[in-house]
Amino acid sequence: MNLQGPLTLFRKEVLRFWKVGFQTIAAPVLTAVLYLLIFGHVLEGRVEVFPGVGYTSFLIPGLVMMSVLQNAFANSSSSLIQSKITGNLVFLLVTPLSHRAWFAAYVGASVVRGLVVGLGVFAVTVWFAPMRFEQPLWVLAFAVLGAGIMGALGLIAGLWAEKFDQMAAFQNFVVLPLTFLAGVFYSVHGLPPFWFKLSHLNPFFYMVDGFRAGFFGVSDVSPWLSLGVVGAAFVAVSALTLRLLASGYKLRH
Amino acid sequence: MAAVRFEHVGKVYRSARGTVQALVDVSFDVEAGEFFGLLGPNGAGKTTLISILAGLTRASSGRVCVLGHDVVADYAAARRALGIVPQELVFDPFFSVRETLRIQSGYFGVRGNDAWIDELLAGLGLADQADANMRQLSGGMKRRVLVAQALVHRPPVIVLDEPTAGVDVELRQTLWQFVARLNKAGHTVLLTTHYLEEAEALCGRIAMLKHGRVVALERTSALLAATTSTVLRFKTDDALPPELAAQARVTGRIAQLSVHDAAAVEAVLARLRSAGVRVEDLEIGRADLEDVFLGIMQSAAVAS
Repeated sequence: MNLQGPLTLFRKEVLRFWKVGFQTIAAPVLTAVLYLLIFGHVLEGRVEVFPGVGYTSFLIPGLVMMSVLQNAFANSSSSLIQSKITGNLVFLLVTPLSHRAWFAAYVGASVVRGLVVGLGVFAVTVWFAPMRFEQPLWVLAFAVLGAGIMGALGLIAGLWAEKFDQMAAFQNFVVLPLTFLAGVFYSVHGLPPFWFKLSHLNPFFYMVDGFRAGFFGVSDVSPWLSLGVVGAAFVAVSALTLRLLASGYKLRH
Repeated sequence: MAAVRFEHVGKVYRSARGTVQALVDVSFDVEAGEFFGLLGPNGAGKTTLISILAGLTRASSGRVCVLGHDVVADYAAARRALGIVPQELVFDPFFSVRETLRIQSGYFGVRGNDAWIDELLAGLGLADQADANMRQLSGGMKRRVLVAQALVHRPPVIVLDEPTAGVDVELRQTLWQFVARLNKAGHTVLLTTHYLEEAEALCGRIAMLKHGRVVALERTSALLAATTSTVLRFKTDDALPPELAAQARVTGRIAQLSVHDAAAVEAVLARLRSAGVRVEDLEIGRADLEDVFLGIMQSAAVAS
């Protein structure tokens, strides 16, 4: 099998965001730092989520993971919708690349974007509070799987949307609420019972909780449960994406 | 083996406003090494047919093969054999001309393609723009890049979908010289165009589409020979009498009428004189492909 094709598409997708890094990397890092400064300043000393973990320390992994997820989604979705609307997707449609190659390249580049932004956010915010690394493998596993899910979800949104405002709706009404309500800024144990139960239906909650477990060694639910949920979500979203790509959904009429 | 084979291709578009039959039972072969023209008025189904060939659209019925490879079942081999120059002037604003061509090579699994890329850039007059961003190029230059992109993997079959629409004379010359050279070197060329003089000059064989059906499929020379071989051409500022206007081909001040023999010439002139039409620069000449085209389109309209 010739890997040159999928690798080229992957490299092109990475180059695409790298060339406009100010907008695709620096801007989300700045946003995360602003969240940290504001929430950290207001809530530090008032809330202790886990024993011995200050609020700012608690917030840092949450913000990193939120940035990873949002940027992984932004990468594949914006690339695809831009190519569709400007028409240059035709250059890809006439190639022999298979639906699996499309999937691997777009999702792979989304994971890279998510991890690069996540590292950027971490590198800047880590100086604001003491940080621990109890189980770094959890950190890596949840970051990669979470970014993979979002990259695939971005592909689905990019295939489905025909206009930029449809894409914005998907982002604002699906992705943003689910990430904000995933326990980035708080522990779900502090929530009223109804919201506590609802949070457990949100797969993003398991991504953030498992990711945070890697840092502090404590979490709202077992990281193994989180891994199971996140892994299952990855398989389900990937299967749907591959099916849509193979059928030529909104690509080949 | 045929370079391109269309077998009973049909395409139906269904929308809320109803169904449109874009192609009806289209069958023909383009032989290897041919320079083949696909002609027809706007909306005849040319671009739909090309899109099915390229895998951008799926046929509702029938099948299409490129060098024996089915464009759906064996799409990878079919697309490797095919180079498509799309009609729309599209580009990726993130990259330079050379990056664009390297990326396109990579999609086809071609590595270390810089020698061929340089040859394409030189042949299409793009060498000076190689490192310019796509956004900085003029429309004509972008069109050249589209051609280079289609050829970057050295496809044996080249499809040009109205490549000279809105293109200046110089680029047209460059493009045709380049494509003619590729055709001489053994590449099959399938061309759709609105410029009938181009089709007449370049294409050995022609298919004409109307309302999604093939209404003519002939060698260009045979098409030209089979038609009323002479036309009466003149300039006038006056309106033609209605029965002449109905069969005339009018371009600005120039009117052109087919005439079978001397008696027909006399009849036309008599009618013009009696209607008081003042005629300048009168001449009798050979019919060209445009006359053939109009004749076929009119008779197809009568038939359907």
